[in-house]
Amino acid sequence: MRFLPAGYSGLLVECDDLAQVMTLHRALQRSRPHGVVDLVPAALTLLLTFDASTSHARLRDTIAATDLDGGTGTAQQRHVTIEVTYDGADLADVAQLTGIPSDEVVRRHQAADYVVAFTGFAPGFAYVAGGDPALVVPRRSTPRTKVPAGSVALAGEFTGVYPGEGPGGWQLIGHTSAPLWDLQRDPPALLTPGTTVRFTEAHP
Amino acid sequence: MIEVLRAGPLTTVQDLGRPGLAHLGVGRSGAADRPSLRLANRLVGNPEDAAALETTFGGLAVRATCATTVALTGAPCPVRVGGRARDGNAPVAVAAGEVVELGMPPAGVRTYLAVRGGLAVPPVLGACATDVLAHLGPDPVRDGDRLPTGHPAGPTPGVDVAPVRALPSEPLLRVVPGPRVDRFSPAALEVLGSRRFEVTAASDRVGVRFSGPSLERSRVEELPSEGLVEGAVQVPPDGQPVVFLADHPVTGGYPVIAVVHPQDLPVVAQLRPGQSARFAVQPALG
Repeated sequence: MRFLPAGYSGLLVECDDLAQVMTLHRALQRSRPHGVVDLVPAALTLLLTFDASTSHARLRDTIAATDLDGGTGTAQQRHVTIEVTYDGADLADVAQLTGIPSDEVVRRHQAADYVVAFTGFAPGFAYVAGGDPALVVPRRSTPRTKVPAGSVALAGEFTGVYPGEGPGGWQLIGHTSAPLWDLQRDPPALLTPGTTVRFTEAHP
Repeated sequence: MIEVLRAGPLTTVQDLGRPGLAHLGVGRSGAADRPSLRLANRLVGNPEDAAALETTFGGLAVRATCATTVALTGAPCPVRVGGRARDGNAPVAVAAGEVVELGMPPAGVRTYLAVRGGLAVPPVLGACATDVLAHLGPDPVRDGDRLPTGHPAGPTPGVDVAPVRALPSEPLLRVVPGPRVDRFSPAALEVLGSRRFEVTAASDRVGVRFSGPSLERSRVEELPSEGLVEGAVQVPPDGQPVVFLADHPVTGGYPVIAVVHPQDLPVVAQLRPGQSARFAVQPALG
C-alpha cells in the first residue's frame, strides 16, 4: 500500500490489488474517519477527500491501523440480479477475441458471482468485478459516440451497465431493462460498491 | 419569482453542490467560483449555500415579479436595473417589475446573481446545482423560465459594498506536486512551474484547458482510472494540461502532475480563453 497526496485535501491510497481496495473501502465505510468528505474507490486506488478538521498524516495513520483481514463478508450486503438479453453488437467480436463461441460466452457470463467494485464515469455506472477470467477483453479501439441506455458490456476484468445513453468504448454483449439510476430511489444507483450481482438471461 | 427574459450564453442554477456522493458516481458540482457565490448570498442576507444564478460571459436579463434585493459578484460586468447603472459586490434594490440586465464582463467569465430568499428550485440529491457533465440537477436556464424565490432567512446585512480584489490579468497559480508526478519526466514539473500557459476555448465548468509547452511523460503505459480531486492538473497524451473545476469527472485515467491550491481555484474558474497563466510549484506535501 502506498500513500500519495492528491493536493491539499486529498489522499490517494494505492493498493496492491482490487481486493485490497474493496476491503479498505468497506472498512472505511464501516467506521468513516473523522473529516472525510468522499471515498472514491477505483481499480487499484482509493481516494479520500477531506476537510480542514483532519490531515494527510492523520488519515495515513488511521488507514495504516485499519484491520484489513477481518470483515470480508458482511451480513447486510445487498444483492441484485440483472436480467440480460444477450444480443450485444460486439458479442461476435468478444467470441473472436476470447476464442470462445458466443453461446459459451453467454453461459460463462451468467455462471460467475460478481461484486460491484466501484462506480464512476457517469452517475450509476458500476464496474462489476468477479467475471470469468477467460472473458477479459480490451476496450474497442474506437469508442462509440452513442451507447444505448441499459447496454451490458465488457472491458478488462469488468462488466459494466450503461445507466443512460452516452459515449463508450466497452464491448457490448447485451442489454437490460433494470432501472440502474432512479432519482426517486435512495440510493438512486442500483449498483453501489459492495453490492453482489448475478447476471441471468432474460426470458421474453 | 424571477422571470428570465434572456439567458445569455450559459446560465445555470448553482449552490455549493453535493459533496459526499462520489461512491454513486456523482461529483460535487456547485458554483465554479465558490467564494463569489458565497459573497453574493451574504450580500442579500441568504445562507451562503443558497441557490443563485451562475452566468457565463454575462448577457442575462431577468425581471423581478416582486420587489426584492439582488447582488452580483464574480466577473465584474456592467449592470442595469430598471435602465439605471448599478454596481457589483453590493446589495441592489429591485422594484417589482424592474429588469436586471447584465452586459459582458471585461474580465473574468462567471458572474453570480443572488436573489434575496434564494432560488427555490427543487433539489436533486440534496442540492440545486447543475452538473453539466453528469446532466444532473436543473437544466440550464432558458429564455422564458420562471424561477421561484424562497423566503428570506435573515435580515439584509448593513453593508453598502464589499471590497473585492480585482481579477489578475496573468495569475500565478500555486500548485503542489500531484499523486502521479512520478509518471512524468523530471523536466515536466519544471516546465509547468516556469513557462506560460494559455487558456483555450475548450474550457468549461468541467475544466480549464491550457495550451503551452508539452509536459512529457516518462512512463507511457496506461494508468487504471482513479479518483480525481477538484484542482487536479491532469495531462492527457498530448501533453497539454487541464485543470479540473466543479463538474470534473469522479474518476479519470490520465496522470495528475499537480494540484492547484484551493484558494487559487476561484481564479482558475474566472480565466478566459486567450488569457495566460503561470504555475508556482510549491514544496510537496508530506
